[in-house]
Amino acid sequence: MQIRDFLRLTGTSILAHKLRSFLTMLGIAVGIAAVVLLTSIGEGIHKFVLAEFTQFGTTLVAINPGKTTTMGMSMGVFGTVRPLSIEDAEALKKLPFAKSVVGFVQGNAEIEGNNRSRRTTVYGTGHGFPVAFSMPVRSGRFLPPDDPVAPRAFAVLGSKVKSELFGNVNPLGKLIRIGGDRYRVIGVMESKGQVLGFDLDDTVYIPLARGLELFNREGLVEIDVMYYEGTNVDQVVTGIKRVLMARHGREDFTITTQQQMLDVLGSILDILTIAVGAIGGISLLVGGIGIITIMTISVNERTSEIGLMRALGARNSQILSLFLGEAVVLSAIGGIAGMILGIGIGQLLAVALPALPVHTPWTFVVLAESVAVFIGLAAGVIPAMHAASLDPVEALRAE
Amino acid sequence: MIKLEQIHRDFQVGDQVVHALDDINLEINQGEYLSVMGPSGSGKSTLLNLIGMLDHPTSGRYYLNGKDVTELDELEEAQTRNTNIGFVFQAFHLVPRLTAAENIELPLILAGISPEERKPKVENALELMHLTDRAHHKPEQLSGGQRQRVAIARATIMEPSVILADEPTGNLDQKSGHDVIKTLESLNQKDMTLIVVTHDQALGDRSHRAIRMVDGRIEQDIKNSGRHDTNQ
Repeated sequence: MQIRDFLRLTGTSILAHKLRSFLTMLGIAVGIAAVVLLTSIGEGIHKFVLAEFTQFGTTLVAINPGKTTTMGMSMGVFGTVRPLSIEDAEALKKLPFAKSVVGFVQGNAEIEGNNRSRRTTVYGTGHGFPVAFSMPVRSGRFLPPDDPVAPRAFAVLGSKVKSELFGNVNPLGKLIRIGGDRYRVIGVMESKGQVLGFDLDDTVYIPLARGLELFNREGLVEIDVMYYEGTNVDQVVTGIKRVLMARHGREDFTITTQQQMLDVLGSILDILTIAVGAIGGISLLVGGIGIITIMTISVNERTSEIGLMRALGARNSQILSLFLGEAVVLSAIGGIAGMILGIGIGQLLAVALPALPVHTPWTFVVLAESVAVFIGLAAGVIPAMHAASLDPVEALRAE
Repeated sequence: MIKLEQIHRDFQVGDQVVHALDDINLEINQGEYLSVMGPSGSGKSTLLNLIGMLDHPTSGRYYLNGKDVTELDELEEAQTRNTNIGFVFQAFHLVPRLTAAENIELPLILAGISPEERKPKVENALELMHLTDRAHHKPEQLSGGQRQRVAIARATIMEPSVILADEPTGNLDQKSGHDVIKTLESLNQKDMTLIVVTHDQALGDRSHRAIRMVDGRIEQDIKNSGRHDTNQ
């Protein structure tokens, strides 16, 4: 049988039952649309989250106290961890590739100012913070490069804290109370919005040493080193290691590069995309069952036709491929319709809800269509094999 | 030429074995006009299906044009059916969603013949059956007689050596039935072997040779003395 005749015969049998074929295709279309749409949203979120993270720059290295290791016996005195100190941060500043070194301590405290009070996140940090995290100051200035151990009592407000406490009043030069101590407001940050649920504007920045005192901590939560672009990451890591090991005597800290963070985040987000796609896959499965149902009915209805085809000299393989072809055409057309539907809804969502990131990679589209064709094959194979194995004499007798 | 040697065909019905064909020996020459008659369940249709290679004997040998076709595999069997045998059924068995011309085309399509080659053959067959103006009608738009003529055109499009007709006039009124028989007989005139299974004595009487079957055996095999007059 020639290909064009094969397609024509398949086409006429699909067109003979227009409504039925349409509904079967619709089942597959909805499934493919769900997979395409959900994975598009998953991919969109993936890209969105990564972009949120890289907005702080990719030339960051984070140092946290403690080293994740397992030992065969009690680690005793060797197991104790020296906290990261302000002095550690100062020592790292001397490294040639260090563009900016920022120590961190973080906590929650009551802020009072302008006769109002608000409980909010307080960061103890240093002069280099705006550069390292690309967070510009809107008015005034950021914390000055004071003596790291005894800095002056200055505070910089996040834009939300500023508007909550001071409204339209200019807060520069005003005094506020944080945990009982008085601070002078010297700057207000540019609004930055939320990242993964953290409101970066609902914050107050105070000098690191005062933050340690305020939260009664002996060590820093984290030190971030921003290195000059073009420096080899490994070189940066070994440089930091050398300095800190000289100061601590051993490796009791963990260095995480931004690249590692992005990799970990990326793999988590990949799982999210797969999970979401699998949910769409369930509706695709239901569509596949629809094809099995329709093809089984079709074979039963056309039993005498199958007998006739055999009498006219059709081989088993020809009968098999005709019915298989029908199932594949149904699912392939359904798949294309589903892709258009999925991408279309995705684009509509992108227009209607600009906050929801949607991204459809072409590989997903090709993959979805291959899955549709595969489902057609898998769903068609049992009814088609049944058709091909019918006894022609019995089949001809069916009416 | 068809030659059946000691053909048996048994069916298992419940715990009983039914001998649908019981030691059939039969030789049919090329161009013969044979009728098979007998009561229901006598094995007429089974014999026809066996000759048409839709069914296989439980034992015995079947030679078609000198070749033992009981040995063929599925593929060769399908090919032999396609090129050597034409079926005409009581129920016409036209594919309802295809037009008359497309139904006639089916054996050519299955054989893999190109549309360009098929076209003149189908046109010729339509003309021969006086169906040219019905070429693009669906079966439901055709009369019984026209449907059966489409089926005959389809059965003969591959120019087979044997035409097997199972009650070809069973679903037709007398006039259409007569037309169909005349058409079949005219094909027989062109040296196609014609085997007709029928209940109709008048039809049986027109054949050159009449076989009467009872309980899976050939009871009677007579040559009709008075040959039918094709001009009647």
